Amino acid sequence: MSSIKLRAVLALSGLALACAAHAQQAAAPKKPAAPAKKAATESKSAISAEFEKFREVMEDASPAELFEAKGEELWKTRRGPKNASLEQCDLGLGPGVIKGAYVRLPRYFADADQVMDAERRIVHCMVTLQGFKAADLGKKPFSSGSGTPDPVSLVTYVAAQSRGMKIAVPQKHPREREAFNVGKEIFDYRAGAWDFSCASCHGEEGKRIRTQDLPNLSTKKGAIAAFQSWPGYRMTGGFMHTLQWRMNDCFRQQRFPEPGYASETIADLLTYMGVNANGHVYKGPGIKR
Amino acid sequence: MADPMRIRAVAKDGATSVKILMAHEMETGQRKDGAGKPIPAHFIQQISATWQGKVVLSANWGTAIAKNPFLEFSFKGGQKGEKIQVTWTDNKGDKRTDEATIN
Repeated sequence: MSSIKLRAVLALSGLALACAAHAQQAAAPKKPAAPAKKAATESKSAISAEFEKFREVMEDASPAELFEAKGEELWKTRRGPKNASLEQCDLGLGPGVIKGAYVRLPRYFADADQVMDAERRIVHCMVTLQGFKAADLGKKPFSSGSGTPDPVSLVTYVAAQSRGMKIAVPQKHPREREAFNVGKEIFDYRAGAWDFSCASCHGEEGKRIRTQDLPNLSTKKGAIAAFQSWPGYRMTGGFMHTLQWRMNDCFRQQRFPEPGYASETIADLLTYMGVNANGHVYKGPGIKR
Repeated sequence: MADPMRIRAVAKDGATSVKILMAHEMETGQRKDGAGKPIPAHFIQQISATWQGKVVLSANWGTAIAKNPFLEFSFKGGQKGEKIQVTWTDNKGDKRTDEATIN
């Protein structure tokens, strides 16, 4: 048990390097694959297939549900300096309406004059309704050995209330369309110490990091796979993570400066991804490897 | 205060199948934190399930059980609408009991 946890930490440090190696490999001219290499690729997809089976078996008992239950408790409990619950939080469908809200986010909110994704909006509600400080919430926003931050459980709860619903990220408001365009721009923008963009790994078919297949987020199929994956319970380490974390960690792996927590950058990227995934039925929070 | 469990119980052909998901760190006591200090052990030691006042499962656990444990078992008997209670106690004396209705 402890050695597995330790190994996970070691493996993580190698992850970013692996990403760079594969990107270069794909950039090189395609040679006919040697038989050994082909066998390796096949076993890689076999691993993915095995994991799919495992996921199906675990569907009834996804640990994500523990965070869903925790999030529900947090949503309904009076907390914070203002001693208020989040039941008056408007996620875009009116105060207190959670059902179907997650699949319609990010969207433009007039009260904040910003385009907000689910986590950004929940943090906004925690600040405005409950009196928490945004700076405090942004200090340690991601799940780690020291615990699961409240917004993570809340996002999991809210996402679960859209289980089985169609993704319908709006593009009616000009600001929403702007967010899509800026998101696309950021997705393709190459910079940083390794001259990477999101598209370096997620803009082509068939890329992977070690055994993990990477979705091509510029296509509908890829965007759907990514939207569907989060919030997700990572078996490695046993952490619940949201899209907010996924975006942040991709920037870290690219050696970009990490974007601010619940920032506009992330909302724009999620708008781009969400709109690309529109029309697909969201299955709810799940399990990741 | 411990976080809630998720319990599912389904009666079929005279037996009830129970699936329990528990929220627990299950820390082994063998790991060290960033500062090199050992992280104290924290794990579920005793777990029991009762149906109609009868214990249908009782187990002593150790540190080999994974974080956020999942437990599945079945017992003879059980009707739709009856209740099943599950209780765990950890090595720090923390306790959690949850109840579910058999489907």
